[in-house]
Amino acid sequence: MQEEFSFLSKIGREPGNLIKGLQAIQAAYGYVSDDAIRAAAEYFGRPEADVEGVISFYAQFKRVKPGKFKIAVCDGTACHLKGAPLIHTWINQELGINPGETSSDGLFSLETVACLGCCSLAPVMSVNGKVHAKLDRRTMMKILKEYAAK
Amino acid sequence: MISPDIKQIKIGLVSCGIAAGGEAVYEKLVAAAGNIPVIKVGCLGHCYAEPLVEAVLNDGSSIFYGNVPGKDDAIENILALGEAGRFSVPEKRREKECVKVLAFAGRIDPTSFDDYVSGGGYDGLKKALAMPPEAVIEEVKLSGLRGRGGGGFSTGMKWSFLAAKDSTEKVIVCNADEGDPGAFMDRSLMESVPHQVLEGMLIAAYATRAAKLIIYCRAEYPMAIANLNIAIDQIKANKLNIIDGREIDIYIKEGAGAFVCGEETALIASLEGQRGMPRFRPPFPTDSGYMGKPTMINNVETFGNIPLILREGGAEFAKVGTEGGRGTKIFALAGDLEYPGLVEVPMGTTISEIVFDIGGADPEKVKAVQTGGPSGGCIPKAMFDTPVDYDSLRSLGAIMGSGGMIVIGNDRCMVETARYFLDFTHRESCGKCTFCRVGTTRMFEILERIVAGKGKVEDLDTLEELGNKIKAGSLCGLGQTAPNPVLATLRYYRDEYLEHVNDKSCRAAQCSALVDIVLDQSKCVKCKLCINSCPVEAVSADFVIDPDKCTRCNSCVDICPKHAIARIPKGENK
Ligand SMILES: Cc1cc2nc3c(=O)[nH]c(=O)nc-3n(C[C@H](O)[C@H](O)[C@H](O)COP(=O)(O)O)c2cc1C
Repeated sequence: MQEEFSFLSKIGREPGNLIKGLQAIQAAYGYVSDDAIRAAAEYFGRPEADVEGVISFYAQFKRVKPGKFKIAVCDGTACHLKGAPLIHTWINQELGINPGETSSDGLFSLETVACLGCCSLAPVMSVNGKVHAKLDRRTMMKILKEYAAK
Repeated sequence: MISPDIKQIKIGLVSCGIAAGGEAVYEKLVAAAGNIPVIKVGCLGHCYAEPLVEAVLNDGSSIFYGNVPGKDDAIENILALGEAGRFSVPEKRREKECVKVLAFAGRIDPTSFDDYVSGGGYDGLKKALAMPPEAVIEEVKLSGLRGRGGGGFSTGMKWSFLAAKDSTEKVIVCNADEGDPGAFMDRSLMESVPHQVLEGMLIAAYATRAAKLIIYCRAEYPMAIANLNIAIDQIKANKLNIIDGREIDIYIKEGAGAFVCGEETALIASLEGQRGMPRFRPPFPTDSGYMGKPTMINNVETFGNIPLILREGGAEFAKVGTEGGRGTKIFALAGDLEYPGLVEVPMGTTISEIVFDIGGADPEKVKAVQTGGPSGGCIPKAMFDTPVDYDSLRSLGAIMGSGGMIVIGNDRCMVETARYFLDFTHRESCGKCTFCRVGTTRMFEILERIVAGKGKVEDLDTLEELGNKIKAGSLCGLGQTAPNPVLATLRYYRDEYLEHVNDKSCRAAQCSALVDIVLDQSKCVKCKLCINSCPVEAVSADFVIDPDKCTRCNSCVDICPKHAIARIPKGENK
């Protein structure tokens, strides 16, 4: 197996651990590359097509390299009612990206997630896992500027 | 000055407390509190008051502080037991709530084994181990507990099915996928009292003679996973996983973001490392489940009830609740109300008690409540006297679901709400059944057309026809319930659909294609904030908004200091 995926050997080899393996790959690299698919297929003893199938089924897995700052906009019911669609509009206007895309400078990537479980603080988004609550356009712009300056 | 009366300080620091900025408050408290211990606890359910700090006094009483800002003067005020910012549970909530399953939540350190045990934790397991396994199942049957994951199946019955299997490799799975976007009871329970869920699972393992316990938890809940893992290590260190001389295997498997994996057979496929596609039943999981072994699946909150049933006895447990559901139910309240958060009430509490008395919603401003998330339906205000249990809600075209309750205000569009849920379900359909895969997509497209002002009256009949066919033609609960939000809104709010298709108007001023943004010149102070904030230069130098350029992004509405700019239904500006 290629060096860069050698950490897979810490996970049991049974085929049922494929999802766990892919999660480890994504935790290390932020996405699952073609090389990673080959490595996982070989290690867990499953066809590459099978591995692709599992990846495309689950929303968690990314096939493109994410930005330095990963924005996840919550579109749970409470956030949706409280304006999550507008947050997408604002981000698109500011950064020119849609969900699933990474900005051309590689700084920001955007995804929509089903629910971050912070419904009482809606609308929320997270940037690299840190939750920002009760967003409006002004706080949103401020947050983006702060990250861009980091 | 630090008050000498303070014994210890507790601060709610699970997901919601952290999101509200609790970590900064914690750090400042630790720095300022000197010798007084500052303890991180779980969630008390008062999300609207986070960050929430409890000062425990030497006499055993407590003073709470809500919405604590991470500022030095606020911290000094708490340590001096000042009057400012004190929090108390709203009177009406205190009358109606019935805290049993959540009794430990927010009161103990979730990572402390000793805290749980000294409060009576694992007494239920001890009591169970002193009884024959069959008697434990009888006790659960006697309690009348029904599954809290949505289906409402009798838990005692389910246990007896697994117990009847003759196998040494039986598997019990805790369903912690909590996929309903708008529900967070299970997250909160796992984060705040992980041992309680695990104790319930260990009791089940003893009662049914299972060999393996798996928690299938969604990956979006990192803190629940972390706290459960700590608790599992503590269980192993204290040998609580040795039952009847058998060592029980316990571990967590993380989901990977698929709503359908909450369905039992899909969950099993996912545990096996496959795409999470449901399959035909029979065989039922108790006959052939994970890796072909007899498998039983229960929800997080279901397991959370078990230690209680053993501690107080099934008969005592059954005294709370109604014929249609025994015990209490935890609801996650969110949306248009004053006090969003978690609340535990006896089964049979009415919707109006939950939404108005506990949630503090304004009866004048509320239109409906959505229960059961994307599988459920909305219940109009006129029916809020309905007591909440499994059977009563189903008769209204909604379901109790797992306990998410979203309050919908008058200024929300029901068509858009239905579109939102179909957007979710059509993406989450696994694609196996044609009716679900294609049907939900067609329903979604029709709803998109309607909210874009391009709908036709015939569309409403098509939606109903499609909805009924999808319900009949789908294998699993996802397809069988996906049309519910549309069918329920068509049943109760047909007039809103008709306005969208006939008048091209959205009375809630929500659907962007059917609204105008207008500027009231008489209120305008010409500060130009709107001009500067508009991303598409739709506001002219003399403060007129060009409707063709405007994207209805609301930037100017939000920023105008004089509230001179409004979002109104199209055509009302004449
Ligand atoms: C599409 C779909 C999603 C579901 N999601 C969940 C879930 O997130 N959590 C849960 O406990 N049950 C969920 N269920 C219900 C489970 O299939 C199952 O009935 C439940 O876990 C059984 O546990 P209980 O008897 O303790 O309620 C879902 C069902 C369907 C059809």
